[in-house]
Amino acid sequence: MVADPSNWSCPVPLRHHETVVLGHGSGGKLGAELIDHLFRPAFAAADGAVTDLGDAALVDLERTQAGGGTGGPRLAFSTDSFVVQPRSFPGGNLGDLAVNGTINDVAMVGATPLALSAAFVLEEGLPLAELGALVSSMGAAARRAGVPIVTGDTKVVDRGHGDGVYVTTAGVGLVPQGVDLGPHRVRVGDAVLVSGPIGLHGIAVLSVRDGFEFGADVESDTAPLHGLVAGLLRARVDVRMLRDPTRGGVAATCNEIAVEAGAGIELVESAVPVPEAVATACELLGLDPLEVANEGRLVAVVGPEDAEAALEVLAADPLGAGAARIGSVTATHPGVVVARTGLGGSRVIDLPLAEQLPRIC
Amino acid sequence: MRYLDEFNDPALARSLLDDIARRTTRPWAVMEVCGGQTHGIIRHGIDQLLPEQLTLVHGPGCPVCVTPLETIDRALAIAARPEVTFCTFGDMARVPGSHTDLLSVKAGGGDVRLVYSPLDALHLAEEDPARQVVFFAIGFETTAPANAMAATLARDKALTNFSLLVSHVLVPPAIEAILSAPDCRVQGFLAAGHVCTVMGTGQYESLAARHHVPIVVTGFEPLDLLEGIRRVVTQLEEGGAELQNAYARAVRPAGNPVARRVLDEVFETCDRTWRGIGAIPASGWRLREEWAAFDAERRFDVGGITAVEPAACRAGEVLQGLCTPTECPAFGTACTPRTPLGAPMVSSEGACAAYYQYRRLEAPVIR
Repeated sequence: MVADPSNWSCPVPLRHHETVVLGHGSGGKLGAELIDHLFRPAFAAADGAVTDLGDAALVDLERTQAGGGTGGPRLAFSTDSFVVQPRSFPGGNLGDLAVNGTINDVAMVGATPLALSAAFVLEEGLPLAELGALVSSMGAAARRAGVPIVTGDTKVVDRGHGDGVYVTTAGVGLVPQGVDLGPHRVRVGDAVLVSGPIGLHGIAVLSVRDGFEFGADVESDTAPLHGLVAGLLRARVDVRMLRDPTRGGVAATCNEIAVEAGAGIELVESAVPVPEAVATACELLGLDPLEVANEGRLVAVVGPEDAEAALEVLAADPLGAGAARIGSVTATHPGVVVARTGLGGSRVIDLPLAEQLPRIC
Repeated sequence: MRYLDEFNDPALARSLLDDIARRTTRPWAVMEVCGGQTHGIIRHGIDQLLPEQLTLVHGPGCPVCVTPLETIDRALAIAARPEVTFCTFGDMARVPGSHTDLLSVKAGGGDVRLVYSPLDALHLAEEDPARQVVFFAIGFETTAPANAMAATLARDKALTNFSLLVSHVLVPPAIEAILSAPDCRVQGFLAAGHVCTVMGTGQYESLAARHHVPIVVTGFEPLDLLEGIRRVVTQLEEGGAELQNAYARAVRPAGNPVARRVLDEVFETCDRTWRGIGAIPASGWRLREEWAAFDAERRFDVGGITAVEPAACRAGEVLQGLCTPTECPAFGTACTPRTPLGAPMVSSEGACAAYYQYRRLEAPVIR
């Protein structure tokens, strides 16, 4: 029933595609549609309640029979799959992403990550040396982050059916009492911050995938952010919500926040920190740095009075170097992100459609 | 960063804007031909910051947008063939043909590759002699030299599995056609900077003289665009009708002689139908007879193409500057980047895409 496209009531349904297209996995509009129209209705609970299917789910551990939260401890639960090609790039590899990415999804809801699982789909013929290097990276990343990989699974598929290796990690964490992060807490006037310079991961991957030389080596920013988050919470900064701008970049993340919070976001282009090498690469290829993936950054929406304090806390941590305020939550244009350009004009920052396409001329 | 920060300087932009405002005493309509310039203008909000009396009319300088529907359909038919590896610039991948687009052909199993240069396609042909590699050679004079060079390299390497599907278009005939239209309201032009890097400025001198319109060769950064506009407005106010070069750091009067030689060797002028506009005589380039061996149109018999354009799409009027994207009833409703009716909504240089992406809210301007 739920997979029948003719039943969907959204005015712009997925009528144009009868098969999966690459755009469905890019973290943009196509992906959002797939989740809204295919997954969420299919995964509705017995009582018809539809889950958020957001980055990390919160499960109330003391849920009573009558349903509804008790304000008690909540379990954060998240999963992610990692299919990046090439598997190794300046600054890291698939294994680093698999560990840090899931730790970050758990941390973004304010939870302290406790443990990870790791499931592997391996293609027959994958050199064990490569698998070994990947798995060593994962172990090292997990130890550095202090979040152990405690369980997992391995499957092998025939040669030609698996693209080397796919990794899926899941993570659990506990959200401390009193911590309540999410779009429901966002208010007009809130400050929008980013924890550091953007665009590094996407450009690092592009630089080896398509053989570009961008001058200085661009390294992925892959990193676990739970320490940064813990610092903000410890300092009692009024954090409304956090999100990590991965596929689709800061543009996608701000659009999600704007839509979920039902408010507008105004960004100031000149305030967004973009490393020169990233800016160069984006200029060459006609990409917008706001849409380029990050793997070691967070976007924080904080109460306006706490913006300065939040930036100080972030800057005090090596992973928060270069943190900056990039905009504000506004009452105008709810659900839409607008950027003030350097010249004083303005432009809408849209949710990226699908994969960024290389320019023509 | 060289050429980027300097040409984005807000203080210098402000002083150029003030100068333009001082000089503008009457309403003027100025057309920027190149889609890249359209995007630059909309993206930086330049049109919002110019005096009210100055109207910027967006021209047909988006090669993706003006590639004939029949050519797109032909490309789709070739790309769907099992023996073909079809290489294209990314922009063309989502342009709607009569029934489908290249990305959908790819999803359906077609070997469609997004490349950055025709030389990437050439390498693919060398690497796999069993595949027929086709490169979608569209674009204005800017992209043509690389395509011509790809043909000469293919000949030098005696490749039998490489061909070009050519659909080049030329700027001067388009300007001529626009100026000759009875309802033409354009009074001055910003000529496309990178086209002129290749071709030089001679053709535009003659256009300016014959039609008595000021034409200023203009670049793409905010200060370039503002300086180009400033010079056109200055001429209009003073009754001037000359060709001026405001992009001297990249454009010489003779253009690029090496590029022009290889273009002349490989291509010849032909009539071309521009999508949404119609036939413009002598406005295109095709492969010369002696290069027939590399012509994908001859190599692949994909006959029986009937192009069907959606009725609601007003791309033609947008491309000629006769209506703005927001004046089209389908804009933002039936026609969005997600569900485009026409090419200008999908191309990264299309006017409709620029308006949708940056301007559909008419957000307030901070002056």
